[in-house]
Amino acid sequence: MQDILIFDHARTPRGKGRPDGALHEIPAVQLMIQQLEAIRDRNSLDTALLDEVAIGIAQPVAEQGGVLPRAAVIGAGYDRSVAAIQLNRFCASGLDAINLVAGQIGAGMAKAGIGGGVESMSRVAFGTDTGAWTSDPRIAFGGYFAPQGIGADIIATIDGYSRADVDAYAAESQRRAARAWDEGRFAKSVVPVCDLLDEIILAHDEAIRPGTTREDLARLKPAFAGLADAGYGRIAQERYRQIEALEHVHTGGNSSGIVDGAATVLLGNAEFGARAGLKPRARIRSWASIGSEPTIMLTAPADVGCKALAIAGMEVTDIDLFELNEAFASMVLRFMNVMNVDHDRINVNGGAIAMGHPLGATGAMILGTALDELERSGKSTAMVLLCAANGLGSATIIERI
Amino acid sequence: MKHMHLQFGNDGVATLTLDRDGGSVNIICDDFMNDLGRALDNIAQRQDCPGLVVRSAKAGFLAGADLTMLAAEFPAMTARRGYEISQRISGLLRRLETLGIPSVAIVDGAALGGGLELALACTRRLASENAVLGLPEVNLGLLPAAGGTQRLPRLIGAKKALDLLLAGKTVDANNAAGLGIVDKIVAADDSQGVAERWLLARPAPEQPWDRKGYRPPEARGLVLPEVALGYSLAAAGVAGKSGHRQPAPVAILSCVFEGMQLPFDRALQIESKYFGRLLRGKVAQNIIATTFLARQAALKGARRPQGHERRTIGRLGVVGAGMMGAGIAQIAATAGIEVVLVDRTFALAERGKAYSARSMDRLIERGRMTRDKADVLLGRIAPTDDFAQLSACELVVEAVFEDAAVKADTIRKVEAVTGPDTIYASNTSTLPIGGMAQSSIRPDRFIGLHFFSPAERMELVEVIRGVQTSDATLAASLDFLSQLRKTPIVVNDGRGFYTSRVVQFFINEGAAMVGEGIAPARIENAARSIGFPVGPLALLDEVTIDLPVTIYDQAQSQEGDIAEPAGVATLRRMQELGRHGRSSGGGFYDYPEDRPKHLWHGLSQAFKLAGQQPDDAEIERRLLYAQSLEAVRCREGGILETDEDGDLGSVFGWGFPAWTGGALRFIETEGVAKFVDNAKELARRHGSRFEPTARLVARAKSAA
Repeated sequence: MQDILIFDHARTPRGKGRPDGALHEIPAVQLMIQQLEAIRDRNSLDTALLDEVAIGIAQPVAEQGGVLPRAAVIGAGYDRSVAAIQLNRFCASGLDAINLVAGQIGAGMAKAGIGGGVESMSRVAFGTDTGAWTSDPRIAFGGYFAPQGIGADIIATIDGYSRADVDAYAAESQRRAARAWDEGRFAKSVVPVCDLLDEIILAHDEAIRPGTTREDLARLKPAFAGLADAGYGRIAQERYRQIEALEHVHTGGNSSGIVDGAATVLLGNAEFGARAGLKPRARIRSWASIGSEPTIMLTAPADVGCKALAIAGMEVTDIDLFELNEAFASMVLRFMNVMNVDHDRINVNGGAIAMGHPLGATGAMILGTALDELERSGKSTAMVLLCAANGLGSATIIERI
Repeated sequence: MKHMHLQFGNDGVATLTLDRDGGSVNIICDDFMNDLGRALDNIAQRQDCPGLVVRSAKAGFLAGADLTMLAAEFPAMTARRGYEISQRISGLLRRLETLGIPSVAIVDGAALGGGLELALACTRRLASENAVLGLPEVNLGLLPAAGGTQRLPRLIGAKKALDLLLAGKTVDANNAAGLGIVDKIVAADDSQGVAERWLLARPAPEQPWDRKGYRPPEARGLVLPEVALGYSLAAAGVAGKSGHRQPAPVAILSCVFEGMQLPFDRALQIESKYFGRLLRGKVAQNIIATTFLARQAALKGARRPQGHERRTIGRLGVVGAGMMGAGIAQIAATAGIEVVLVDRTFALAERGKAYSARSMDRLIERGRMTRDKADVLLGRIAPTDDFAQLSACELVVEAVFEDAAVKADTIRKVEAVTGPDTIYASNTSTLPIGGMAQSSIRPDRFIGLHFFSPAERMELVEVIRGVQTSDATLAASLDFLSQLRKTPIVVNDGRGFYTSRVVQFFINEGAAMVGEGIAPARIENAARSIGFPVGPLALLDEVTIDLPVTIYDQAQSQEGDIAEPAGVATLRRMQELGRHGRSSGGGFYDYPEDRPKHLWHGLSQAFKLAGQQPDDAEIERRLLYAQSLEAVRCREGGILETDEDGDLGSVFGWGFPAWTGGALRFIETEGVAKFVDNAKELARRHGSRFEPTARLVARAKSAA
């Protein structure tokens, strides 16, 4: 297998995924075009050297459908020979796009490519893609479908995480994200988004709330109690019989935020690096995806992490840094508990609870965050993980060069 | 034609009058379908027919399919055969609506199931004020298979249609008009004229869904997120309401979801295919066999001894004006019977009557009763503390405290004033009839009528026949229950009879599992998952934790050498801890005033949780098998004389899940061989209560 090298990473700042969010006026394809332009220009890249642009999108319909990455490749003025593909594994899409390109490079079928993700949640709302898994009665009923928030509350209930526990985690995510911004830890990667006047419309993560305290968070209302009453509560009990009543601890404040954003990672083999005149920053050691119990939906990370470790021939203790997407506080707490990972080794610069989770883009964003942090802290190995809908999960292990 | 006749008026309008031969209601049977086909042939041949009126010569319009006919095919039923059965009637109705002439259904009285489906296939529906319309198939584990899942959503919208289809509920004429099911409410006398005038105006004959450009949002399926969200929530609603053991509700939802995306004829095929899947399954067959066929047979006197003249009770005595006695008095008064309600003091008797008055008030509030009618009903209940008032009663129901001495005393007091023909019925749930009858001077007139609480709502009555009870007494008692419209089962005498004896195995098994360290929530959720209305621990709290302990202790002291049932040790521990049940402040649950009950936190200290918890299936199996095996012992030991009594008693007596068909039929549902294997394994691990009987083992062998 060829060495799979990471040469660069860029991301947009994350805009609030609402009509008053800064990025709401920017179509998803434009977010991606600006990313492709940025990663090309800052590396003086001859795009004819690229074989593939793979972009993860979790709502791959409407303006995010129609193989958006190909439109973005053309829109960014890349060489027309560059192939493009969009893929969807829900929240893990961005990381899986990177893993797809990595696979092509490792197998020798491609020399270089870009993996990334984009999601304009303010423009293509969560749920626009629909799907049999949630809505075809035979499938949804037979599969004990319940929304993610119910899964998060199931974890809290059966593992015993209290409202105080999840709020404490969320407050810390906010504190860490604010510190990271204050110290410029994202500066290497964040590329401001420009509007039609070519003026910067957003240069920082817009959803972050520095100074958020546990007391602030404690005032928020549980977000998923109504869904339990709609029938999902009983579905949860059918699957998890130890639950007498769901504890609804998750709120908008300790769950990932709805945001817009895009990210890219430039990958290639050594030959590409030499031809492009680029120095690799890291290599990919392994990656993996799994399926897990779909009703709880959010518990794949520990198992997929173990799978990726086994493939790499590594132990949990060999990983210096973990980036696990903060879909909900409880699923991170469970991962830390199951994998015996201290909080100071995971999500050290905050996560999606503070900065938001632009679905398909997040995997690529947090891989970049891990890479930047390895370089900043002088550490060597990082594991990036995401849980994804319907029980899916993906992980990638990188090693700094 | 046998079940309908067709006439053509001077203006050419065809009138098809449904008029079942040899029955008081119209139902869809084989001959009915033959007749309908012929009638449609006949109409199609007429060149000058401007339209069709469909009406009924009976008190109701059409009550649905002939389930007896359907059930006859169950042993050999396949999905394909079910599909064909549905396609036949569905095809006839499709032909009716595509004849090229408009049609009007005149609904007077009940149009249920296939009856409403026939009306929906007409272009227009007129209903009289007393019309009742609905698609109750879901209650039988089925779905409306003559276009009901397709026409109703296309007519009134998917959401409103699903509300009716999934609840299986009926609506009156006004509500049906509000929903758009009925076009106009017309007095029965005027309806023919109104229908003909409308037809003669030559309205468009096509149904809305056959017109060009018809495209409701649901036709686009999951392309529209709001449609997708609606189905997603509907699927969750089905799971939340009916759980996962009943295939019918979700099949109905799928029929609407899939059918709305298809051309109409393809949609009807999908409906028929889902019907075929349901019909070949054991759940629908079980629900029909027990909750419809066996229940109907019981109501019609399947267990009534022959050769005794039918009796009507005009005056009833009820002794004991507690909740049970008051409830019995109320249903008797509702059935037109004069009631003497006796208790120790006049105040107590009055209090019993007040219970009924409050019930009436609630019915009036909900619009189900008028004040005048309630006053007449209540006027039939005469409260008194004077036993002599019972002298003219033809039947006396005794509902006093469940204590042998109190019962004996009551028997003497009542028999002192009643005549030689008066039947004495003890409403006991456990005390053997033979023992009580020893206090009676007329043991042949002595019988047990075990009503369930609350008597005004629970439809089952367990009739306990003592050794000395005469056939005439049994026949008259069943006649009395028929007056009350109660479903009877008839069982022989023995400790706990049938229902109280078997339900013990439900609550004892639950208690036993708590004692073994199985998480109480797992036990309760397992019971709910398999379809019990409440878990065994919640039920224990209701009946009190003391009750099963007392029952065992009494049996032990009277008969000796009875092994303590599994679970009693757990209950004794609860008693020691001062946890006696809901009425005394809490048992397995706590009952806070400001929020729902929850499992008592002290349980985990009292009964240490086992590190390894059993599979969900193991807990479910223990709850079901423990009861089924005891029901088998009742059947083999002669307490039960028929399987149907055992099944009806379990489903309507204590809520044994209807999808199983009942405590006995469940064994066939599992498959006898599999049941016996599982039972042996359970016996090995948990004790002899799970040991299958020799006869069961033999049946399993011959089935294999």
